[in-house]
Amino acid sequence: MLTTKRFNNFKDIIPFLIHQNIKEEDVLILSSSGLLPTLNIVKHHVGLQLTLLTCISGVDFLTKKYRFCIVYDLLSITFNSRLRLKVIINEVTSVSTASSIFINSNWWEREIWDLYGVYFDNHPDLRRILTDYGFEGHPLRKDFPLSGFVETNYDESKKRVVVKPVEFSQEFRLFTQETPW
Amino acid sequence: MLLKKKELTKKVKTFTINFGPQHPAAHGVLRLILELDGEVVLNADPHIGLLHRGTEKLIEYKSYTQALPYFDRLDYVSMMSQEHTYSLAVEKLMALKVPTRASSIRVLFLEITRILNHLLAVGCHAMDVGAMTPFLWAFEEREKLMEFYERVSGARMHAAYIRPGGVSQDLPLGFLDDVYLFINQFNFRLDEIEEMLTTNRIWKERLVDIGVVSSKDAIAWGFSGVMLRGSGIPWDLRKSQPYESYSEYSFNVPVGNTGDCYDRYLIRIEEMRESLKIISQVIQKIPEGLTKSSDFKVSIPGRSELKSSMEAMINHFKLFSEGLVVPTSETYTSTEAPKGEFGVYLISNGSEKPYRCKIKAPGFGHLQALNFMAKGHMIADVVTIIGTQDIVFGEVDR
Repeated sequence: MLTTKRFNNFKDIIPFLIHQNIKEEDVLILSSSGLLPTLNIVKHHVGLQLTLLTCISGVDFLTKKYRFCIVYDLLSITFNSRLRLKVIINEVTSVSTASSIFINSNWWEREIWDLYGVYFDNHPDLRRILTDYGFEGHPLRKDFPLSGFVETNYDESKKRVVVKPVEFSQEFRLFTQETPW
Repeated sequence: MLLKKKELTKKVKTFTINFGPQHPAAHGVLRLILELDGEVVLNADPHIGLLHRGTEKLIEYKSYTQALPYFDRLDYVSMMSQEHTYSLAVEKLMALKVPTRASSIRVLFLEITRILNHLLAVGCHAMDVGAMTPFLWAFEEREKLMEFYERVSGARMHAAYIRPGGVSQDLPLGFLDDVYLFINQFNFRLDEIEEMLTTNRIWKERLVDIGVVSSKDAIAWGFSGVMLRGSGIPWDLRKSQPYESYSEYSFNVPVGNTGDCYDRYLIRIEEMRESLKIISQVIQKIPEGLTKSSDFKVSIPGRSELKSSMEAMINHFKLFSEGLVVPTSETYTSTEAPKGEFGVYLISNGSEKPYRCKIKAPGFGHLQALNFMAKGHMIADVVTIIGTQDIVFGEVDR
């Protein structure tokens, strides 16, 4: 955890917007233009040395104007500390790729492109990674239904796998308990 | 007429083969497109997602307790480690304290899970490389351990035992005696497996200097767990960011020096011995007490309290109809799962369902580096490298 004293040393050089400390974990909220300089500084600065990119996650806040949040989790082995960086963007903005700084961000960014639809500029190889080969849509978005739009099965008469619109015998039930008292 | 040298050498296109999704050595469903120059790999492109089950999306529609069994099924060879990471994340969000007996039981099962995982990793790795027998010996030991899982939870594999608040039920009578009998004979079983492999000339030729990762590269590629320690970096989350009651037990962390597959194999064997040490310490020190949190807003009240107390009845009803309610917050919690650093990034919004649960699987990061590790090696070495990275597709694809 970055103590307040240590953090004050870096306040002037890291271009962040907000610093939060949630449950003793440090979170920095950045603008998308400040992402690459921040990643560069936190990786190479001798007082931070956050050299290991643990994971990159995406979050979808459907009700907000800036709907997507890309979260970078970093770990410093020398200082035994973690840092979380968040970039908040809307659907049409793209983020620059972190693969020039952290080479392992390749697949994490591919996953976010596949599941959320956030485009990463200058990515070496941005294609789908988890969904099926001809899949359309970005499944982890909140407006993508849980049951999806298409279903596939093997058609005996055509002797191949066919893709049809999904059909259910029972409509989707969402269990939310409204407290009556 | 003089033939120029460049007219004599022909350029040959690289040979691309599909190390298909159905392959006994592909550790699950891995579609690996290998571009070869003869037998030497020039480029390896893993296509994953063949076991993608939409776990993260499904979790968003389930309550916290209903989402717990999804974690068993992620890395389906070391089940309780993932349940534990998720339970730790939920407990952190709710600022919940777990009783000491529950913590000790969790450590006991986490180390049993570590042995389960490494037995499968070493056994299946040996089978892929060609040694068939250690696989069967390792699986016999796994059966004995899965019997422990079954005695305590009812299920051999997907136990759903470690829950937010503690563990679901107390240990049955006579359980710790049987664990003691197991650990007495396990060292000899490990010696048998080691005798077959460690000094074996064929094993060494297949594993030494294959898939060498320097420590700089290991950090650059985001490795964790055995892959990092194999390259010489002494990083273990149980020691550096201790969780549960790990700080009370004394154990060593084996670290390699060359970063090849042989070092990682030796580290896994040593880690199994260290886990035995921890288990024997837990058996001696386990305290009496509650096995789940006494806060009835989280743990289910027992039947006798249910029938006598009104508050217990109300809490039971609310827990089973609505579910755990977690205040709005977010956390990234990670533990030293047997394969590496398993992390759960949980965002809650004050309701009974998680808003976003991102699962950081160590295998995803390791498989990414397959191209880097396999370049310049031959096809058979690709099999060795996949085995040493300990890839299980349940967690890579989620």
